[in-house]
Amino acid sequence: MSDTQAFVPPASGSPMPGPGQAPATADAPARAQADAVRTAESATGAPLLEVRDLVTHYPVRRAMTAALARRPRRFVHAVDGVSFSLGRGEMMALVGESGCGKTSTVQTILGMVKPTGGAVRLNGTDLAALSERQMRPMRRKVQMIYQDPYESLDPRFRVRQTVEEPMLVHGIGKSAHERRELAIKALEQSGLTPADAFLDRYPHELSGGQRQRVAIAAALVLGPDLLLADEPVSMLDVSVRAGVLSLLDNLRKTADMGILMITHDLSTAAHFADRIAVMYLGRIVEQGTASAVVRDPQHPYTKALLSVVPKRDPRDRSVPQILTGETPDPVDVPSGCRFHPRCPIAVDRCRTDDPAFRQPAASSAGHRAACHLA
Amino acid sequence: MSSLLEVDGLHVWFEPPHGPPVHAVQGVSFELEPGERFGLVGESGCGKTTTVLALMGLLPPNASLAGQVRINGTNILARGEDSVRPYRWKDIAMVFQGAMNALNPVKKVGWQIAEPMTFHGIAEGNAALKRAGELLELVGIPARSAERFPHEFSGGMRQRASIAMALACEPKILLADEPTTALDVMVQAQILELLTKLSDELGLAIVLVTHDLPVVAQVCGRAAVMYAGEIAETGPMEALYHAPQHPYTRLLFAATPDLYGEDAVTSIPGSPPRLDRQFAGCPFRPRCDVPMDRCAHDHPDLLQLGGGHLAACHRAGAPSERLAEAK
Repeated sequence: MSDTQAFVPPASGSPMPGPGQAPATADAPARAQADAVRTAESATGAPLLEVRDLVTHYPVRRAMTAALARRPRRFVHAVDGVSFSLGRGEMMALVGESGCGKTSTVQTILGMVKPTGGAVRLNGTDLAALSERQMRPMRRKVQMIYQDPYESLDPRFRVRQTVEEPMLVHGIGKSAHERRELAIKALEQSGLTPADAFLDRYPHELSGGQRQRVAIAAALVLGPDLLLADEPVSMLDVSVRAGVLSLLDNLRKTADMGILMITHDLSTAAHFADRIAVMYLGRIVEQGTASAVVRDPQHPYTKALLSVVPKRDPRDRSVPQILTGETPDPVDVPSGCRFHPRCPIAVDRCRTDDPAFRQPAASSAGHRAACHLA
Repeated sequence: MSSLLEVDGLHVWFEPPHGPPVHAVQGVSFELEPGERFGLVGESGCGKTTTVLALMGLLPPNASLAGQVRINGTNILARGEDSVRPYRWKDIAMVFQGAMNALNPVKKVGWQIAEPMTFHGIAEGNAALKRAGELLELVGIPARSAERFPHEFSGGMRQRASIAMALACEPKILLADEPTTALDVMVQAQILELLTKLSDELGLAIVLVTHDLPVVAQVCGRAAVMYAGEIAETGPMEALYHAPQHPYTRLLFAATPDLYGEDAVTSIPGSPPRLDRQFAGCPFRPRCDVPMDRCAHDHPDLLQLGGGHLAACHRAGAPSERLAEAK
């Protein structure tokens, strides 16, 4: 497809249509509409990403006998009422154990999974209400970095092809020459300099850190507003993790992006994120600025998670508060507070009443926790 | 009096089908007493896993070895791999990285734990299965789970089961290769607590291989930092963290975020050298932040600094102003 819209590289601001360029493609009106919506919304101050009461349930496969007996369908409550918002230039970390719904939340934001309920608004536009065609220009605005750069890059694609492919899909760049220039720009923005030296390499010729930077370049080339990063450094060597995280940290400022980072590593979240949201069994149980959550945790689950993070200093051996067992099955969510079966301080009320997500009395503004006793 | 485990000048070479041999482990020495927990840390490709696989006699056929590995004074490498076999599982056992892949998916867990007991003639048949159940209880899994298959276990349970399997023949030494890498923080804490308990209560000596410095700092008393197949620095954990003498140790700690740490987290530029060629001088020199002229041609040997603290750096022992400043 031919697209005449000028591609403005991420660093230089919002990708509005260039002057004198008539939208000539089928989805151009949709894009113009999206851009118009965005301009209107940013004027009214809607956050970049707003997730409201998001619910994502997956049906559990029933045995035929169960279906014939008309037993009720059961569901995995992967995301069960998640709300948060993320501004431009902000980095938020979503932390929690496997199976707590971090990845389902991100997949729903990406539109890979349809939400069962609630809304995901990007620049004020409800993504669930959009048709596939209207969704397309929005997808460009939300890009994803995956955990394992050894798996996420096509081994038969040269770096150049990996970075140029998203441009071909979204019709960016008028000529091969222009796409090449944009690819070089994105690679250099990702810290792969000189980019010429990397363009014709294959993934197997690159280190883990370099591969992840190529994946970041392939996302940047579309000029996203929102970057979703699923454990972006957990597969990388310790020595290069800080570099990739600092790159993301700089990008959100220079490219004015919001970054939502999934991680199980609280130390990383504490260092690089502005805000931390702790998830447990499909819900956010505590949310606040990174320093408030780490230094003044309110929810017993957050306290337990923090206590088991190993510290660098061998003299600093605090007694870890180890929770027994593992996260309960999200098909049968416990009654009342969903954390009560593992909670060390649970009282009777926790077994029956679902706690509200509120600001504890002595906490700073914006710090909220879902605990009766906070 | 010899130590429980003595690794003395261990070298490992791999002969790839094409190209020059890779000198993966270059003269590694350390020793271990009963009940001691020793960490082996470093980036990937620095020779940590190759070192422990050599101790287990589990290297591929294209590997050749030199040096000695002594258990209570007896060199188990005397006749190559064959002489390791009687000691494997019985005296020295291993927990592998990624427990999901270490268990056989089509055999019941209890049977897999019983197998090494049968092989070493410790117990057979129902007695072995009963003992397997007891071992599962020891690592915190109900004995009846012995009847289940690995896919019915969660990741944490599989790692516990593989620890139970390693304990089957009551070894004196347990080699744990990244035992918690694929696990959640809470499950990691449970497994580390279990390993600590086993060494405290059963006197098990543990070699913990990991790239995760805070895990070693919390679990081990001593550690060795490996770089390019060599030990760059070794000593008590406290000395490594509070008074590192090798720049690599200091930079590794600086690259690791700490929950409450305020200092900036910095990556180490460059990457480890290729091990299929000889290099002159210090292998860390290209990435070092305080290199000297002599580092280019003069290979630093491990220098005794007292208290079991050794470092292979020309600056070790006499910290320069810049090194002190950097700290």
